[in-house]
Amino acid sequence: MKLLVCVSKTPETTTKITFNGDQTALDTSGVQYIMNPYDEWYALVRALELKEALGTGTVTIINVGSAANDPVIRKGLAIGADEAVRIDKEGGSSLDVAQQIAAYAKENSFDIVFFGKETIDYNGSEVGAMTAELLDMPFVSFATKLEMSGNTATIMRDIEGGEETLEVATPFALSAAKGLAEQRIPNMKGIMMAKRKPLNVVAPVDTTNHTQVLTYDLPPAKSAVKLIDPENMDELVRLLSEEAKVI
Amino acid sequence: MVLVFAESVNGTFKKAAFEAVTYGYKTAEMLGVACEAIVLGKADGAGVLGKYGAAKVHQVAADSLNQLDGQVYTAVLAAAVEKLGAKVVIMSHTSTGKSILGRLAAKLNAGSVPAANAVPTNEGGVFAVRKPVFSGKAFANIAISSDVKIISVTGNSIPPVEVAGEVAVTALDVAVPASRITVKDVSRMEGVTPLPEAELVVSAGRGMKGPENWGIIEALAEELGATTACSRPVSDVGWRPHHEHVGQTGIAIHPNLYIAAGISGAIQHLAGVNSSKTIVVINKDPEAPFFKAADYGVVGDLFDVVPRLTEAIRKHKQG
Repeated sequence: MKLLVCVSKTPETTTKITFNGDQTALDTSGVQYIMNPYDEWYALVRALELKEALGTGTVTIINVGSAANDPVIRKGLAIGADEAVRIDKEGGSSLDVAQQIAAYAKENSFDIVFFGKETIDYNGSEVGAMTAELLDMPFVSFATKLEMSGNTATIMRDIEGGEETLEVATPFALSAAKGLAEQRIPNMKGIMMAKRKPLNVVAPVDTTNHTQVLTYDLPPAKSAVKLIDPENMDELVRLLSEEAKVI
Repeated sequence: MVLVFAESVNGTFKKAAFEAVTYGYKTAEMLGVACEAIVLGKADGAGVLGKYGAAKVHQVAADSLNQLDGQVYTAVLAAAVEKLGAKVVIMSHTSTGKSILGRLAAKLNAGSVPAANAVPTNEGGVFAVRKPVFSGKAFANIAISSDVKIISVTGNSIPPVEVAGEVAVTALDVAVPASRITVKDVSRMEGVTPLPEAELVVSAGRGMKGPENWGIIEALAEELGATTACSRPVSDVGWRPHHEHVGQTGIAIHPNLYIAAGISGAIQHLAGVNSSKTIVVINKDPEAPFFKAADYGVVGDLFDVVPRLTEAIRKHKQG
């Protein structure tokens, strides 16, 4: 089975976000980057587990970005992916990224295309659904369990206000939510092997951007916390009711 | 025309649908065009959407639309957009909306902004939408330049407003393709407001010392009519289910009131909750970083403070 895992590079989770002078771009000085946690912890690991269970198949990771993303991609190889593809294009909208991935996936026909449920920077949850549409594949969003039997997958996923179990045949795409797998820490052997695994750089296809970030801004600073006497919860309730007007 | 996909859950509408119609109505007002709504599958009393500003309500009532398949929903919505000549498409940023938004944008080759938290602006002909980014640590203002524009709306960010009366529901004739997904089982949490749309949330963390102590949190949530949540360490060790985990790698929430007991307030947790309108932090450590992000703080032992707060709310409700 050929498995494709789409991975994104995001600022590390503890990053303090600031922007450049005219508020049009992230101030990247001092920002550490990681593989988007949903892509790494759940999507990639579940793909590796499937391959291990079958004893055959390949796990390819794909990223759209510049050479600055290579360390993040190498980490995916160190965790266990067989090969990596980087489509050499920086920036672009979600639809642009989806079009780049879809163009590669169409040529190389994969059985399952994995995404994380969203990135922790743009929080769009769009690229998986977009890519699936461009590939004419069913898309199972927010998968929390995935089992294969032949070409049929049984998947549990989060739906509005509950969960659902469904069956779908390959080829299909899914987005991975918490529960699908457990994070794997790469070991020294994996890190050494990753250096010799192929990381193919592919030229992008032409696309049109329909969206553009105009400006960014930060939430207004919070005023100082009002401390309430722990013995006097009536006062807290009064403030929540009369001042904050939330109860 | 602005077309709102108003999502029905199990055949009935929830607040998210009314918020989306209000958002659509305000967007249409800003653009000087009409607002209409579309419902898919079973949707009881869809005429109610008229109250929130939908001038017409269209329904595609095929039984197969009672289960969610983003591919099928997208095909139906794309056909409706073309047939009705919609230029802006609005939906809720729910599990359902998220599985459709991107697909529809790709199918129509349209620009999209997910998780908007304010009505768009159109100054100088630039159609711009605001959304939280970096898991709530910042906001972005994004221009959409395509002919058709697609937006999903963050829950609890635009309060539903009644502006008119009910309208008639008319059947819309568009083809419904066969689904390639077979649903085997659906289980819904009855009587609980899902976290992304909850107005009141009571959350707890490692300070609880063990899962057996959660009764006081559940009692407070029940007294308030709130949804329960938890921090990541607590869901990682299995004290609480994964779907309760709020924060950067869990669910981002936007309630009116977020009460956090025994949660220190790591930056990853704050990212998921700092869009809450009012934050109350209960922690015995006065140095807990969460106090810096809180509106109200109680420095004390949560095992004393939480039951006392529950009792105070009970008294308040009795007047």
